[in-house]
Amino acid sequence: MTRLGRRARLWVWCYAMLLPVMAIYAYVRIVPIGRSVQLSLFDWKLIARVRPYVGFDNYVRMLGDENFHIAIWNTTVYSLSTVLLSTVIALPLAVLMARPGRASAVYQTIYFLPVITPLVPMSIAWKWIYDYNYGILNYALSLVGIPPVAWLTDAHIALWALVIMGVWKVLGYNLVIFLVGIRNIPASYLEAASLDGASELQKFWRVTLPLLRPIVLFVLVTSTINAFNVFTQVYVMTLGSQAAPGQAVRVLVYDIYQNAFQYFRMGYASAEAVTLTLIVLGFTLIQFRSFREQETT
Amino acid sequence: MSPARRRRRLRSRVTAVLVHGVLSLGAVFMLLPMIWMLATSFKLPGEIAAWPPRWFPAQPTLSNYSGLFEAAPFVRFFVNSVFISVASTISCVITSMIAGAVFAKYRFPGRTVLFTLVLATAIVPFEAYMIPLYIELVRIHWINTYQAIILPTLVMSFGIFLVRQHVASAIPDELMEAARVDGASEWWTFRRVLVPLSGNAISAVGIFAFIQAWAAFIWPLLVVNNQLLFNTEVGLTAFQFRFSTDYGKLMAGSTLSTLPMLVVFLLLRRRIIENMALTGIKG
Repeated sequence: MTRLGRRARLWVWCYAMLLPVMAIYAYVRIVPIGRSVQLSLFDWKLIARVRPYVGFDNYVRMLGDENFHIAIWNTTVYSLSTVLLSTVIALPLAVLMARPGRASAVYQTIYFLPVITPLVPMSIAWKWIYDYNYGILNYALSLVGIPPVAWLTDAHIALWALVIMGVWKVLGYNLVIFLVGIRNIPASYLEAASLDGASELQKFWRVTLPLLRPIVLFVLVTSTINAFNVFTQVYVMTLGSQAAPGQAVRVLVYDIYQNAFQYFRMGYASAEAVTLTLIVLGFTLIQFRSFREQETT
Repeated sequence: MSPARRRRRLRSRVTAVLVHGVLSLGAVFMLLPMIWMLATSFKLPGEIAAWPPRWFPAQPTLSNYSGLFEAAPFVRFFVNSVFISVASTISCVITSMIAGAVFAKYRFPGRTVLFTLVLATAIVPFEAYMIPLYIELVRIHWINTYQAIILPTLVMSFGIFLVRQHVASAIPDELMEAARVDGASEWWTFRRVLVPLSGNAISAVGIFAFIQAWAAFIWPLLVVNNQLLFNTEVGLTAFQFRFSTDYGKLMAGSTLSTLPMLVVFLLLRRRIIENMALTGIKG
């Protein structure tokens, strides 16, 4: 009886400790996530009095909306290009950096800098680099005889300008994760390969890369998820200021932002938000499944 | 020395030079935007528009910085950013410590469900539920308040996860049992045993919370349109829309907004890199 009483008292203590934390979670995350799904089924406009239930109408309209098509396409191209490029570049750099030492630590610090610098000031800095008239990028191109490029005003090129900046931003993160993975590979594996007469390149393809597979997959999936939420760079670099009179590069979060907070079509924007969640969940499932495979093999 | 050995040594020397060549080239690419930002912020208008561009200002000037403070309440933006980030950091540290420790060291009904819930909400991107959160804040009249900006940054699933991992693996149960045998209350054990032994995890949570809150953009952009409440990020974009071609002042503002993060990073770089990489791999 007293033991049971003691256990119950301990439980009460646990719940009391967790209550404030879980209350915040409920208020700022759990309830809004549920409400988001609910909103997507209503014709919910901030300024309208009547907000009728419309079933899946918002989703149907979304699938036929050209802006949504453009947004999904741009976001996918941006994400896949950024993720693939940053992975393909980070992997060999990580191999070159793998030997521990002072130089390696300095390189790590430098490559990691963009990861922690805030996006708004960096987007403005990149915008200045991409400037049509005075930007150093067009200057560098002029040195090799290439005419100036309208990096941010031409929507097709602007997408690639965003990719370049995206690679710059995420490269250091991927690199550091690869580096940890490479350093965890037992030295005896690589020594054995050397004794068999393998070249550095062969060692990379036959030993390092296969052993890194799970880490490469982890990096691919997490960076893809992050890339799908791209917004800040788009807002700062391509949106209606004098230097960038062109239309913004329409990405998914920008489309959500515009529908919800400029047109106040909250229901429709929520349908897009739910779609974004489903995409991200899909990628997460791939990751969980591959982790489980790893554990069973 | 035999010729074969000498050749091998020469080859490894050449390889080393090549490796450093490639790595330095990459390093220059990583640093370039920041150097260019910094250099531009000290240039006079004539030099900013110079063609060919000049790397470093011939006559460094602070006029962009003073001009920035005249054109926009930038000091206010900066103070707002500090206040918002500190508030968020304190809250994240406290909530992560409490929840992380309870999830790590206690058994109670619903423990797995609650912990899973905490982690699951981290998978859903914030952009996917900011609309209902915004509607709620309109309802309770919190638009244009500091509370509104801080609210979604009060908790951090990653922080709870980090503390839980640390407490579960680094603090032995016997230590808590010993305190209990001596008649200590649960609160005393938490306060005097778990918290003091979680310094590493707590400081990691604090660093991440601060970095995250400092860079917050889309949410403050939505819930605040009174410029006295802008953080530096939103303030910079508003300023950019008005003075879009005044790159001297824009780079001065960008430098000021980046500087605190650079200082934090250079002071704590090893901790930051290690924690990010390790927790990244654990998922």
